[in-house]
Amino acid sequence: MSDISVKPDLAIAMRGVTKIFGPDPEGALALLRAGKSKTEVQAETNHVVGLDNVSLDIAAGQIFVVMGLSGSGKSTLIRHVNRLIEPTAGEILVHGDDVLKMSLDQLRTYRRTKVAMVFQKFGLLPHRSVIDNVAYGLEVRGVGRKERLETAAKWIETVGLAGYEHSRTRQLSGGQQQRVGLARALSMDSDIILMDEAFSALDPLIRSGMQDQLITLQKSLNKTILFITHDFDEALKIGDRIAVLKDGALQQEGKPEDIVLRPANEHIEEFVREVNKARAIHVRSIMERGATEPCEQSVSMDARCEDVLPLFAEHQWVGVVDGEGQQIGRVTAKQVIKALARHTPGVG
Amino acid sequence: MFPQLIDTRPWRRAVDDGLNWVVRHWGGTFEAAAHPLLMLLKAIEDLLIATPWWLIIAVLTGIAWLATRRWPLPAVVFAALMFLGIMDLWKDAMTTMALMITATLAAILVSIPVGVWMSRSLRIRQIFAPILDLMQTLPSFVYLIPTVMIFGPGKIPAVIATIVYAAPPLVRLTDLGLRSVDPAVLEASRAFGTNPRQRLFGVQIPLALPTILAGINQTTMMALSMVVIASMIGAGGLGYQVLQGIGRLEVSRGLFAGLGIVALAIIFDRITQAFGRQLQARIGMQEAR
Repeated sequence: MSDISVKPDLAIAMRGVTKIFGPDPEGALALLRAGKSKTEVQAETNHVVGLDNVSLDIAAGQIFVVMGLSGSGKSTLIRHVNRLIEPTAGEILVHGDDVLKMSLDQLRTYRRTKVAMVFQKFGLLPHRSVIDNVAYGLEVRGVGRKERLETAAKWIETVGLAGYEHSRTRQLSGGQQQRVGLARALSMDSDIILMDEAFSALDPLIRSGMQDQLITLQKSLNKTILFITHDFDEALKIGDRIAVLKDGALQQEGKPEDIVLRPANEHIEEFVREVNKARAIHVRSIMERGATEPCEQSVSMDARCEDVLPLFAEHQWVGVVDGEGQQIGRVTAKQVIKALARHTPGVG
Repeated sequence: MFPQLIDTRPWRRAVDDGLNWVVRHWGGTFEAAAHPLLMLLKAIEDLLIATPWWLIIAVLTGIAWLATRRWPLPAVVFAALMFLGIMDLWKDAMTTMALMITATLAAILVSIPVGVWMSRSLRIRQIFAPILDLMQTLPSFVYLIPTVMIFGPGKIPAVIATIVYAAPPLVRLTDLGLRSVDPAVLEASRAFGTNPRQRLFGVQIPLALPTILAGINQTTMMALSMVVIASMIGAGGLGYQVLQGIGRLEVSRGLFAGLGIVALAIIFDRITQAFGRQLQARIGMQEAR
């Protein structure tokens, strides 16, 4: 298991990570290795299998979403990356460094510099002001007061909380509190940000706004973001890649389209049936490729079907352009409708 | 009658002889060890007695104002202190106050570290919980006698007995406060790479402070409730007046001195509680979550 070939652009690599909760995890692990299921292990030994042999490659500079229902082990998974939870077996490499081999001191340094985390319940310090909360990570890192407050002020402004610097966190709404949590993580300027159901406690509208902001921020900062959610729509909206977890085991991993178009099993198909496919499918995956005459209206190559649908009211063709504004293809309403209709599992 | 199964007389003799041996061989050492406590008590007492009465009234009323920012509490504190002065109890009240403050300071010094220790280990908690129960339920005369034998009658055994009686609630509440800190906040702190010391002083103690303050409040109240017993072994102060009132059947003397103790209790109880509320409001704990 140890011969991991680490690609240079790989931010996080997990190999066979297994976590069993209980007083004698090794015994339960042996049963699990012998091929027993999670329920059988729990019935026999009263040990809970949190994660079952999960292997993931998470490339740098993308939003990687781990999706699963409650109890699927997704929150356990993300806590392995900064070792808030110790695995029973497996390997975790972050930028090539073995997280599990770190001493306590190295682990603290790693947490202070390499990974920042945003929590579902925010985890803010109620006795501190907003700016002192945002500066907390830098304070722990040992950054001087003036410098850390400057950095904190900058990020408070970025997340749209300017003017609240000296408020107490409890005076803020849920959405504002999570912006503080986000600013606290961003001010660390770490390559990796872990987000554990970061938007799940927020109202739908605020949530949608935060998702948009996260996508924008990721594009400008190019961080690696590991994002946990139980909401498939959210996963499709923000994820560059998605992994689906059930009962602690990895069900499928791939691009949002892959999951929607080719669900690996019934469990995932159930999610897909409920989902807004127009949001999941990128236009670039269904467009007519190649150099064509420039269209009047065009969208970026990151656009989804739902983004182009309104444009068809006025235009027959909609162009797809790459980052430099070069047209790389075009789509028609017919193509989009065909794609959406075809990818309805159980229909046609 | 319960039959005599074992002859326990040798046990009693062993305990008595053991204590006598300790008094003979270690008495001096114990007294030397308790000397700093005596110095602290003397310093506080001298300071309180040397300070003019109007300054003490001004300071305590001012503290009451800082704790609430409203007039009722300072008015109550002012009235209680005036009562002590008018009833000719001022000097005794200062002696009692000095004893209480010394016992409370010593209790804080001991209890908070013990509480921190207990909150971190189930094992330590299992060891200390019965000891604390014992300290609170054992009649104080039981340990008063050996302390008087070791230190001789005077202020030291009085302070020590008061500490033994008054410290347990602070230990318990420190432990409870630290353990009830929101685990989500602690986890967040851990995720940012804090070490245990940073978590203790940066997160746990600040968030547990209202509970710890409630413990300090309890300690001051229990220390005050010990003053009559403490005065029996030479602590003096208001307790001694009560004692004299009982001895001479002077109901008025006992009553007024007793009311004086109540006045002190009201002053310290209300001020510490008000600070506790202020702190809680700052952390925002009274808001429903």
